[in-house]
Formats: sequence, structure tokens, C-alpha cells
Amino acid sequence: MSLMKSLLGAAAATALSVTAVLADGPALVFDLGGKFDRSFNEAAFNGAQRWAEETGGEYREIELQSDAQREQALRRLAEAGSNPVVMAGFAFGSVLDTIAPDYPETTFVIIDSVVDQPNVQSIIFQEHEGSFLVGMLAGMASETGVVGFVGGMDIPLISRFGCGYAQGVVAANPDATVIANMTGTTPAAWNDPVRGGELTRGQIAQGADVVYAAAGGTGVGVLQTAADEGILSIGVDSNQNGIHPGQVLTSMLKRVDVAVYNAFTAGDEIETGVTVLGLAEDGVGYALDENNAELITPEMQEAVDAAREQIIAGEIVVHNFSDDGTCPVAMQ
Amino acid sequence: MDKMPKWADVILIPLISVILALLVSGLVVLYIGESPVEAMQIMVRGAMGSAYGWGYTLFYATNFIFTGLAVAVAFHARMFNIGGEGQAALGGLGVAIVCLSVPWPHWSLALLVACGAAAIFGAAWAAIPAYLQAKRGSHIVITTIMFNFIASALLVYLLVNVFRVPGSMAPETARFADAVHLPNAADIAPWLGFRSSTPLNISFLLALLACFLVWMLIWRTRLGYEIRAFGHSETAAVYAGINPVRIIMIAMLISGGLAGLMATNSVMGEAERLVIDNVQGAGFVGIAVALMGRSHPVGVFLAAILFGVLYQGGAELEFEMPAVSREMIVVIQALVILFTGALDNMVRMPMEKLFLSLRRRDRADSPAE
Repeated sequence: MSLMKSLLGAAAATALSVTAVLADGPALVFDLGGKFDRSFNEAAFNGAQRWAEETGGEYREIELQSDAQREQALRRLAEAGSNPVVMAGFAFGSVLDTIAPDYPETTFVIIDSVVDQPNVQSIIFQEHEGSFLVGMLAGMASETGVVGFVGGMDIPLISRFGCGYAQGVVAANPDATVIANMTGTTPAAWNDPVRGGELTRGQIAQGADVVYAAAGGTGVGVLQTAADEGILSIGVDSNQNGIHPGQVLTSMLKRVDVAVYNAFTAGDEIETGVTVLGLAEDGVGYALDENNAELITPEMQEAVDAAREQIIAGEIVVHNFSDDGTCPVAMQ
Repeated sequence: MDKMPKWADVILIPLISVILALLVSGLVVLYIGESPVEAMQIMVRGAMGSAYGWGYTLFYATNFIFTGLAVAVAFHARMFNIGGEGQAALGGLGVAIVCLSVPWPHWSLALLVACGAAAIFGAAWAAIPAYLQAKRGSHIVITTIMFNFIASALLVYLLVNVFRVPGSMAPETARFADAVHLPNAADIAPWLGFRSSTPLNISFLLALLACFLVWMLIWRTRLGYEIRAFGHSETAAVYAGINPVRIIMIAMLISGGLAGLMATNSVMGEAERLVIDNVQGAGFVGIAVALMGRSHPVGVFLAAILFGVLYQGGAELEFEMPAVSREMIVVIQALVILFTGALDNMVRMPMEKLFLSLRRRDRADSPAE
């Protein structure tokens, strides 16, 4: 029975190798959309890179190709001894909930979802607050009074972006119209720049002259089309102002990079539980750099910064779509 | 007799093809600046060097056995069923409905009914292209591949609008109850060192059973004879009184059913819920497996193990050697398919000549009688 023999030998080998690599560094799993989507996943990557450059440490990473690989990816990293294991994306939620108890020594960090397990840190962002600010900028920059929103996958998380954005637009220009489209209903919607471009073209035909993309890799197509058609666009997650300098109004920063960086820096000492990052924690915000300095007038900046202070102070309450599944501002 | 011995046909030629494919892959690895020897070691060790690796290798192999058999059965009737992907996806739907709708008292009962549902759903998905081929002459290759897209769209619709758990953002069904949890390798054979997290489960035995039953069907039953006769020559089969419509329908239904059965492994055995792409390309790998296994259950079994090794070893390679990307693994797999499928004759012709000349020499050496 050579098969039996090799299996037994293999078992012994695993036992050895697992103890040997227990002191391994952190690990990061990217969601569908790809590491270099210039948005969500790339923000996570940048955070990990920053940690690697500052500390000289090494980390493991896995880029997912399909939904069905999630479990194997997480188990592989946990078995290899990586700690903490950070995953970027809500879609890991249900898988993580079942595998976390199998690896009590490993701490998992999930971004954009809450998983109630003792060895999991859940990080969620107040995207509606950041979106409110870029919505105000859109409302002030728009000349037609029509602005667009292109979401990725049609889920409450993305509606949270859209709803916060619409509230910001209306706050700046009560007569403005917000057109909203979603790219799709599956994770494939995070990486469909062609469809993103088509939706943008459709919104331009309806008069939109500022379009906000909250769609991961799909947003690249939205920004490209907007630049081609000569209208303004708003990027998301990473600072995307530099993709088309002078044509991207701003970017809604979601500091996934900071979340990953903090998790990596904490290492084995990482705390579990739920972490909420909003404007007050600088977890979300809007991007201002040399690429869009000419697009944002001092008045616009003043208004937005004032709104930011008011939101932090609680004087302006931005409605969170996820609370009740409704939005106070109508979108077309 | 100017034929090769059977072992050369079933084992030797595929083996040579695989070695050729690996050599070319080695060149590609060398080209991107990594050591092919080390890459090979990582792949073999990752797939077969630990109980963890074996668990995934045999788990993938189980998928490929089912889809490989599906393609093989259709091949015998000269039908090119490339709809395994869609049929397996529908099989997953059948399994999910069975597992979610009834509070099963025991997994064995659930598995029995789930098998039935998976096979029926898979067969039903194959039935329409089969009917169109049998009655209308619409080419089965075109219709089955189109049905893959329809299956994918249907599944997306159902998962997003019907089965999605309220409040959850991911398009997937709820988890199946603990009662329908299939015993995995750690439950069945803990002495082999499998951990409780291994995906290898009892469906592997089901796949072995399917291999045996397909062998029985094709070579030991009247129906199998009719299928083979039809595959060799339709006109001769018709002349012998075999009804082509019946054979096409039956062969495709069996084929679709086998593809659907894959879901007992991937959906019920591993994921324990239905996600969007639970098939993960196994339907297409099944074509390569059937080609390589020369449509014989034993060959399909061996080819499925090989592709299981490539899949799991590939995942490990990507993990251990970041310079080798996921696409690189696909290149290696594609080369294997290219050499075993498309370039088969390149190896076969010289081998046949070699065996022929060996035999002649044998004959010349033996004293004349």
C-alpha cells in the first residue's frame, strides 16, 4: 500500500511543517476585482506595502479568482501560520464565520462586514459620511443640475455610498437630480469597466455632468468615459484623482489602506471586535491634491470642510441606508 | 495485429503527453525567471506531500471524475457534450433545494435524495440540447455551450432574487443544516491524518461507484452496446434497428446526470451552501479528462487524479512562488490539454510505429515454424 504509506508520511510532514512556520507574518486576501483595481483592493495592497516598506517585514497574499476559492484561501493562510489574516471584502463573511472557530490561535480581520466570532476583528466604514462630502462637491460643481452615480454590485453597502452621495448633492443644490445605476448583482460587477463606461454614457445622455463611481475596478471605465466625454468624475476608495488629472473632481477616500496597515502593525497583539471608521477617525474623506486643485474652488472647500466638522459634531446627521434600507433622497 | 497493447494506449501515451507538456511548462517557468525544478517540487509536494494536499487533490479529482465520466459517456455516442459546466451548476441547484427544503434526520437519507435531484436537474439541463440535436439536428456543441450561459444567468437570478438570505449581501444560499453535513475524510479515515477541515468527503466513494457503473453500462449492457454502435457508425446502427433519437436522448441524459452529480461533492460536501460559481470550470476540465482517459472509466479516474494534482499543486505554486501567477497555472493546464487532446497523434503515431517494429523484430527473432 504505497498510497497509504505516502499518506501517513504526508501527515507527519504536515504536522512538522505547521509547527515550523508558526511565527509567520501577516497575510492579505484580495477580493474579486483584482489586486490592481486602482480602487478598493489596491487600497488594501497599498496599506500592506506601506507596512512592508516601513518594517521590512514580509506578508503573504492571495488574489481570488472565484467565489468558491474563499474557504481554501483562508484555510491555507491560517494553516501556514499567517497571523493576522486580513481579508478585504464583505463576501468573506459567511465563510469566515464557519472557519474562524477552527483556528482559535489566528486572528482574522474582515473589512466591510461584521462577523461575530471571538478571534475576528470586523472593520466597517461610514461610507455615507464620506460620500456626503463628495456629493456636496458634485452638487456645487454641476452646471446642469444633474449628477450621476454608478454603483458596483447591487447591495446595501453600495446603496450606502449612493444614498450618502445623494444627500450631499441635495444639501448643496436642493434642485439637483441624482441618477443612479448599478453595474450588476454578482461580484463580477466589481470588475466590469466596459459596462461601467456604458452606464456612464447613458447618464451623460440624461444630462449628468458629474459622475461618482463606487464600483471597484468597474470605476476605471466610468472615469475613462467621463474623461473622454469631457465631464467630471469622482473616484472611490483610493485617491483616483491622478488617473485623469484635471478631470476627476475628487475621490471619496475609504482608508482601507489604513485599516490594513493598522492590522499588520498590530500583528499578534491585534484586538478583536468591531471597529467603525468614519470622518472623525479619518477613515473616510475626500481627496484634494495637485491633480484637482483647480477644480475645487476655495468656496467649495470651505463649505465641505464646514460640513465635515458639523457631521463630526453631530449637527448634520447623514442617513445611513443600511439602517433601514431606505433613502430620504429620491434617486432616478 | 498491428495495434498497440491496451496498456500503451491507455497509460503510456497519456503519460508521455503529460511529460511533454510539463517540459514545455518548465521552459515557460524558466522564461519568467523561476526554477522549473523547484516549481515542480512545490506542485508535487503541495498536491501529494501532505494529508492537507491530498484532501484537496482528491476533492478536485472527485469533481473531475464526475464531469469526465459525463463527457466520456456522451463521447461513446459521438456526442460532444461541452455543457458539463451548466449541467453541474443546475445539479448544484437541485442539491441546494433538497438540502434546504426538508429538515433531514440523517445525512445518508439527504445524500440519497440529493443525488437523485442533482442527477435529475443535470439531466434535465442536458435534455433540451439533446432533443434539439436528435429531432432538429441543432449541433450539440453549440447548444450545450449556450446552455452554460443560460444556466449561469439562471443561477445568478435565483441566488440574487430567491435564495439570498435576507440581510446578507452575498449572493449565496443559507448554510445547509448540520444534519446534512457529509462525513469527510477525517470522519471516515482519521488514521490517515486528515484534519476535520479537509474538503475530501464521502462523494469520492460515490465517484468511484460511478466509474464502475459507467464501465458496466458501456461494456456490459445492451444499452451500452447500442450507444457504442451508434457512436461508431450511425448508419450501421440504424440498419441494425437502433433508434438514433432514443440513443442520443439517453446518452445525453446520462451524461447530464453525471455532470449534475458533481454537485454532491462541491455543494453538499464542501461549500455546504450554493454560491455562484460552485463548478469552477470543472465542466470544461471534464472534457480534457475524458480525452486523456480515452473515455474509459479507469482512464478518466487516472486523468482526474492528475488534474486534481495540477489544480491543487497549481494553487500551492501560486502561494509559494508569487512570481508564478494564477494565469501561469492555466497555461500549464492548457499545455497538458493541448498535448493530450489536440496533439495526441504526435505521440501516438511514433509510438504505434515503435510497437509495430518491435513486434516485427519479435516475429523475425522467433524461429520459423
